[in-house]
Amino acid sequence: MEKTLYTVIVFSENRPGLLNQVSIIFSRRQLNIESLTVSASSIEGVHKFTITVYTDEEEIDKVVKQIEKRIDVLKAYYYTDDEVIYQEVALYKVDTESILESDEIEQLVRKYNARFLEITRTFSVIEMTGHTDEIKELYYALDKFGVKQYVRSGRIAITKSTSELLSKFLSEREEEAKG
Amino acid sequence: MSQSQISGSQALMRAFVAEGVETIFGYPGGAIMPVYDALYDFHDKMRHILVRHEQGAVHAAQGYSRVTGKTGVVIVTSGPAATNVITGVADAMIDSTPMVVVCGQVVASLLATDAFQETDVVGITQPITKWSYQIRSAAEIPWAVARAFYIAREGRPGPVVLDLTKNAQIELMNFHYEPCTFIRSFIPTPPIDEQTVSDAAALINQAKKPFALVGQGVILGNAEDELLAMLEKAQIPAAWTLLGLSAMPTDHPLNKGMLGMHGNYGCNIKTNECDVLIAIGMRFDDRVTSKLATYAKQAKIIHFDIDIAEINKNVKADVAVLGNSKETIAAVTKQLQPARHDEWISSFDSYAKIEYDEVIKEEVDPSTPDIKMGEVISKVSEATGHKAICVTDVGQNQMMGARYFKFSQTRSMVTSGGLGTMGFGLPAAIGAKIGAPHRTVCLFCGDGGIQMTIQELGTILQENIGVKIIVLNNHFLGMVRQWQEMFFDERYSFTNMKNPDFVAVAKAYGINGKCVSTHEELDHAIAEMVSNDDPYLLEVRIEPKGMVLPMVPAGADITDVRLK
Repeated sequence: MEKTLYTVIVFSENRPGLLNQVSIIFSRRQLNIESLTVSASSIEGVHKFTITVYTDEEEIDKVVKQIEKRIDVLKAYYYTDDEVIYQEVALYKVDTESILESDEIEQLVRKYNARFLEITRTFSVIEMTGHTDEIKELYYALDKFGVKQYVRSGRIAITKSTSELLSKFLSEREEEAKG
Repeated sequence: MSQSQISGSQALMRAFVAEGVETIFGYPGGAIMPVYDALYDFHDKMRHILVRHEQGAVHAAQGYSRVTGKTGVVIVTSGPAATNVITGVADAMIDSTPMVVVCGQVVASLLATDAFQETDVVGITQPITKWSYQIRSAAEIPWAVARAFYIAREGRPGPVVLDLTKNAQIELMNFHYEPCTFIRSFIPTPPIDEQTVSDAAALINQAKKPFALVGQGVILGNAEDELLAMLEKAQIPAAWTLLGLSAMPTDHPLNKGMLGMHGNYGCNIKTNECDVLIAIGMRFDDRVTSKLATYAKQAKIIHFDIDIAEINKNVKADVAVLGNSKETIAAVTKQLQPARHDEWISSFDSYAKIEYDEVIKEEVDPSTPDIKMGEVISKVSEATGHKAICVTDVGQNQMMGARYFKFSQTRSMVTSGGLGTMGFGLPAAIGAKIGAPHRTVCLFCGDGGIQMTIQELGTILQENIGVKIIVLNNHFLGMVRQWQEMFFDERYSFTNMKNPDFVAVAKAYGINGKCVSTHEELDHAIAEMVSNDDPYLLEVRIEPKGMVLPMVPAGADITDVRLK
């Protein structure tokens, strides 16, 4: 079956051990997590996982149901790339000398909408946000001058829907708790 | 320190009392000693059963839960005790048995130092529990215990593990207990969608050949009456998963028998002939469906379940009715028109006859001197007026128990279905008898399985638990041997067993028993066994190479039923 990159967004209570509970659901199916970002969400006390994984719709549907079944998970959703706005951030370390030698690196930085984060006498750090392929492109372009270090974050994503689904869920649950 | 403060261990005891706990299965040890010390003062409120191995405690709690519907409670210490309960916890998870297991843990300051008898219990149990939580301070105990019972019991039931550090058992705290009634991240029972109810009813109303496949969800939802009303109103024949057995009396005309690998001939054939397949509280296990690619493709599928994750997991549903089976079945039944499907229902008969002639007749009433497994089970069932609880171990004894024991009331079949845990039987039977002291509890086990937890005879001795233990001894790991005969060119690789004198072993534990090898001896011994409520061990020397038939080979079409 055709494999698609899915973005799974999980909202959970902020309790220890949640990451393990979520990740074993993937590993049990031999699904390799492409990227994983965990942080506090915009709602106080709620944690957000953004996970990308290549699989098919039938499988991702089952995975998301199993994630949501975990007691401390509030909600879990999955999206294809056209349903979310997403971004990654990357840092590239290059020799300052190679920046000074020509204006090629500066032009690359302009072209890719990247920026200099730090410039010291010996090395400089360039930062770029974008999609995986753009970030990789810049890496290959910079590597002609020698990239000393390169790191890439996992994906963060925001849905295209107008309302925050989780807020609706939480307010519904609040009503049920009262009543 | 104020006078009203109590220790964490006392808080645990009070919380148990508040949750209505009457029976605890357990085994003390270093990291749980403060709890056992507190239990000393509560022994008049709660009965503690001292098992002989922690695995026995969990299986006993499972047996207790399965016959009572209550949440089984287990207390053990840390480290090896916690790892010894793992099998039972995994078993309870896959068979949806509500259970709360409290494991001791080293003091919080020693966590993650590889302290004596420390193990990462939460890490190990997360994949096999509904919830697993480490309690590090006494103040958390009431909250965590309330939550544990709520989670274990509500929705699709399952096991919860509480990993209780020793310091939390000792610390003082102000006790205040409030049962848990709500967790915002946990919706145990999905609300009923009226649309799915009417869609399901419409499908059943237009069905010419409806067929209900019933699982444990009906028993867990206490929906036996509602199910019967539905089946009778629309005249729907029904078949059972292993764990659904006993939800409906065996002799009901709409009860067509068991599904799956060793199920009844007609039930498997008709699965691929029905036009509407109504799955209720079952999860389309591979032992029920066999090859999915050819499974019930002709039928519209209606799937009743409380767990949304079961929908479309193995078999795609045309209509999924989510909710508690007691409510959903009643809601659908209300919209059903009374119907008759006489021809369809009687079409099961020819298969039943073939199965009877070719398999059952000889199995329950053998023409040869050797005793057969089906014969033993059928005679024991008969001797108890078909009113007993049937507990099995795993393997041929289990399939034979399921096939030949007859049920007249619900919650009468206790077996390890999903996990297939050998060694489950003896402790589960102990738990079942404790949960249902006025009923006869018959355990059928093999010579292999009983030796996996045979130490629990000591529990029977100590508590005088009137379990009837029937050891079907063929000196083989029978089911594996059967597969070796059928699929491995009769290469009997390590399935032959040299066994102890089981009756002598029982005697050593003060349990009466007999070993029989003829049909007549069997009859007399069964009569003796059921004449009182004492524990009894009946060793039956059965034919060495008995087979469980019919059989659908693993991975074959469900209609590929082998009768010999």
